[in-house]
Amino acid sequence: MNYKTKEKIYEKILLISAFFSVITIILIGGFVFKEGFPTISKIGLIDFLLGKEWYPTKGVFGIFPMIVGTFAVTIGALILGVPLGVATAIFLAEFAPARVCRIIRPAVELLAGIPSVVYGLFGMVIVNQIIMHIERTYLAGILKPEYQRGYSVLSASIILAIMILPTVINISEDAIRSVPREYKEASLALGATDWQTIYKVLVPAASSGIIAAVVLGMGRALGETMAVIMVAGNTAIVPDSIFAPVRTLTGNIAIEMGYAAGDHVNALFATGIVLFVIIMVLNTVATYIAKRGVSQG
Amino acid sequence: MISVKTTQKIAKTALWIAGLSTVAILIMVIGYVLFEGIPVMSWEFLTDKPRKMGSKGGIFPIIVATVYFTALTLAIAAPIGVGAAIYLTEYTREGRLTRIIRFGTEALAGIPSIVFGLFGFAFFVILLEPVTHGWSLISGSLTGATMILPTLVRTSEEAIKTVPVSYREGSLALGATKWQTICKVVLPSALPGIVTGVILSIGRVIGETAALMLTLGGSLRMPESIFDPARTMSMHLYLVALEVGTQEATKKAFATGAVLIITIFLINTTANWVMKKFITKMS
Repeated sequence: MNYKTKEKIYEKILLISAFFSVITIILIGGFVFKEGFPTISKIGLIDFLLGKEWYPTKGVFGIFPMIVGTFAVTIGALILGVPLGVATAIFLAEFAPARVCRIIRPAVELLAGIPSVVYGLFGMVIVNQIIMHIERTYLAGILKPEYQRGYSVLSASIILAIMILPTVINISEDAIRSVPREYKEASLALGATDWQTIYKVLVPAASSGIIAAVVLGMGRALGETMAVIMVAGNTAIVPDSIFAPVRTLTGNIAIEMGYAAGDHVNALFATGIVLFVIIMVLNTVATYIAKRGVSQG
Repeated sequence: MISVKTTQKIAKTALWIAGLSTVAILIMVIGYVLFEGIPVMSWEFLTDKPRKMGSKGGIFPIIVATVYFTALTLAIAAPIGVGAAIYLTEYTREGRLTRIIRFGTEALAGIPSIVFGLFGFAFFVILLEPVTHGWSLISGSLTGATMILPTLVRTSEEAIKTVPVSYREGSLALGATKWQTICKVVLPSALPGIVTGVILSIGRVIGETAALMLTLGGSLRMPESIFDPARTMSMHLYLVALEVGTQEATKKAFATGAVLIITIFLINTTANWVMKKFITKMS
């Protein structure tokens, strides 16, 4: 075999490797849709999405409580995590002395690397205990007894907020650092203080990057499974309070897949379809925002 | 009306508090798990078999299974990831083809692990059952490999891009073929960067749980082949803490958590060390 043929073969092998991700994403979409579609066509999309009852043993599959649950814990996580994350990013990019950066950066990196089950364990034992204490001491008269066990929207939001911190911090910091130096210098030269420069010049200029960070953090919170199962209580009822136990779409699949059979399995795959679609939409939005940022910058 | 100087002071203090809170949260989570876990993490715990569903005894077979699982996953994913990165950097210009590939890689990176689990269950566990023996190390590893692929492609691509064009030109000018240039010039120079990416993926593989719940099987026994079911340390932590759930079991879960945190810390440190060497070499 001459070297030209060999070179061609190597190139083809590499091309196939490059296409693996594309093939995989098609396979994932294909399999999840194929297995989940029977449920949606049998129940009807609207009844499946808006059905408030989930009784697998009776063949009743409505995932509305899980959709609300997923968005409740995600929004909670964003409310708690985004301000802290963005503030930390500004701090790292603008104020922190090099020595402090050298402590915070590896800390953030480690925070990103810790397995989600470890966060779940911490949440289960510490966060839930604290919330249960609050529920039983200060809110005992107001809350239903099943809302006094610590497992709640609030505890899931707290744990998820911690878990999205690294994503929010890293991407926002990059966005702030990539604002051209001239912007900052011009602002300071006009007599603005550091803080005025930050919130009137740097943050607006970095806003698309910061929004992308928030959207990606949101994706991480929506997709998180194990940590949420461990702290959320997993009741398939629409939550009506931040102290209510809650079940997410991811949790629904992970908890029941172990013993499901027949239609039930298809219903869990259908839950996967909903999750898949939500995430794809979110990623498209994130990519679009990030791109718009680049073309502006 | 608060003066500009006061606002500046307040803002600066608030940002300092934010930065320090982030560190405080980390210390709280890690500190607590290590504080609870390390006293239980004896030599026996690391070298003994689990008994009574893991509420007694140790985690030795689980550590071994975690190592097997990680090695197998990387053995599957690393060649494909590096191959894809070489193709993207050396063989194509930016165009429609790369846009499709990049879209696939990015989309894959965003998919929740439980959806990978559903896919792995339907494809590797059920459809390919005659080959993979259902829930097994190989089914779990194939699923895990698809999950770390995006990270591997991206980090390898970045490492390959840092190799100066002059290296390639020098090699080609000496009469080497493109493939020879890649194998003997580009890859060796990019190797530390690629290795860093691989090390960081180890962390992701070790921390993964949701997808493995549906594909790996969860057996407590020492796996004897890649077709045996197994469980990793992360899975063990979850199963012991939630499905056994006794006070004794929670202690074992914390000890497992401590082992995980220490492992991740060592992995990050190694990756940073390799990267630092790489940067000093390149500059």
